[in-house]
Amino acid sequence: MIKEEEIKQEIIKNFSYLDGKIRVQRVRRIFVDVPYENFDEVFKHLIKNTGFEMLCTITGLDEGATFGLIYHLARKDGIVLNLKINVPKANPIIKTVINYFPGAIMYEREIVDLFGIKVEGLPSGARYPLPDNWPIDEYPLRKDWKPENLNQKMEKK
Amino acid sequence: MGKVIIPIGPQHPALKEPESFSVTLEGEKIVDVNLRLGYNHRGIEKACEERTYIQDIYILERVCGICSHSHSTCFVQTVEEIAGVEIPERAKYIRTIVAELERIHSHLLWLGVAGHEIGFDTLFMYTWRDREIVMMILKKVTGNRVNYGINTIGGVRRDISQELLKEILTSVDALEERTKYYIQVATQETTLMNRLLNVGKLSHEDAVLTGAIGPTGRASGIDSDTRRDDPYAAYDKVTFKVIVDNHNDVYGRTLVRVLELMEAYSIIRQSVQNMTEGPITVKVPRKIPAGEAFGRYEAPRGEDVHYVKSNGTEKPERVKVRAPTLANIKPVLKMLENYNLADLPIIVAAIDPCFSCTDRTLLIKDKKSNKSKIMDWESLRKYSIEWYKKRGIGF
Repeated sequence: MIKEEEIKQEIIKNFSYLDGKIRVQRVRRIFVDVPYENFDEVFKHLIKNTGFEMLCTITGLDEGATFGLIYHLARKDGIVLNLKINVPKANPIIKTVINYFPGAIMYEREIVDLFGIKVEGLPSGARYPLPDNWPIDEYPLRKDWKPENLNQKMEKK
Repeated sequence: MGKVIIPIGPQHPALKEPESFSVTLEGEKIVDVNLRLGYNHRGIEKACEERTYIQDIYILERVCGICSHSHSTCFVQTVEEIAGVEIPERAKYIRTIVAELERIHSHLLWLGVAGHEIGFDTLFMYTWRDREIVMMILKKVTGNRVNYGINTIGGVRRDISQELLKEILTSVDALEERTKYYIQVATQETTLMNRLLNVGKLSHEDAVLTGAIGPTGRASGIDSDTRRDDPYAAYDKVTFKVIVDNHNDVYGRTLVRVLELMEAYSIIRQSVQNMTEGPITVKVPRKIPAGEAFGRYEAPRGEDVHYVKSNGTEKPERVKVRAPTLANIKPVLKMLENYNLADLPIIVAAIDPCFSCTDRTLLIKDKKSNKSKIMDWESLRKYSIEWYKKRGIGF
């Protein structure tokens, strides 16, 4: 795990506040917790300077008081860096990454639909993956969401 | 002439799955494409949170009918990582063999569909006939033609007997013969080449930018394959070439898939040779310790990724699935630009979007007596052959 350690040290060298927030779980798997406000600079640095040229997907998580968002970034040599940020549930807004990865548009739309997180800079267009007549304020992957919520709303209509 | 917007789908004869394109045309030329997806969304990720890990294997296997082994393997290996389980060698080889058999059936299926989309139905008939060889082997190995149910957390559920391994090798030989013929067709048949060359161009730069994966990316010169870059199962113990092509078009995508078939045969032969006797599973507790892991798998259509978060109970906290087709949506929209409407079916088909198939047993009801009986594939096949022989059609 020499390469992984090198990447870890390189990140700490550039962003000292990430010391202790980086975990090398196994060969080719790194997990990093990044403060919400520092996301831009770390994300940009990883893509431009550390060789994480691919975005596998974006995972949304409901973690009680906050939403977790994990950007799974991959390098050509198979190393994956899971960059995680936390967004307060009261006002969940993230910035789009389609200027780096145009293909991320589908992943971001999915997060908008399933978690109700707002994505700044996402162009308008067809939603994904929920149907057009899906009631507003129903976000199925939130932990407090139950399918019954939907039935009641649909019956009212 | 003004622009015309043509809606294609969600239900359309040219599409095998519900999806909705609205294509903006200038004359015959495509200038813009909008895609609406989600018609197949079944809420599987939410469903997984409500069920146990073991139940989830079977749900996730049904994400897709064609790459079912891809999804179940990707999930179990991610859970095994969280649980800290090392599965037995033999199980790794069995997963690899089934994975490559699946790739063979998927690529042969694709070749047939591609032939069909361009009106080359002879190719479709040939490849789908040959595909039956691998389907029968999959059925013998796993008990099913699709949705194999071979994986479990900690290994595989069925061993492959010595006789069956021999049978796999015989089938692989037969398939290799046929594939050599398809390579000949792909490289020498002028009609096919004229139809596919320079259609659906995706330059290397665009492929990198839009994030094309799998054979779609490799046909635009992206040298990446999860099996080599991030090995799982027994892929670190076998040698194979990653097929990369620089045609950047539908023709290149065809070549990549046909040549990948040859590599699949080689991987299966090596796996059978390297396999040693031994256990096929280790026991894993029902409750998985708290943790998270990210798993990758090279499915026939490209990289499949699963993220699993556990909370120490027997049900996962979160399961995230990203199937390969979703990553290839942006590239395919790029490919369609400036081509004729008539090229749309083959360009879309060339990323091999996922669709599922097959019914294996039939429930036959006699209307008069109201009795029902179940017919398996073999008896149904015999029945159909006899039925046609009586009517003078026999081979």
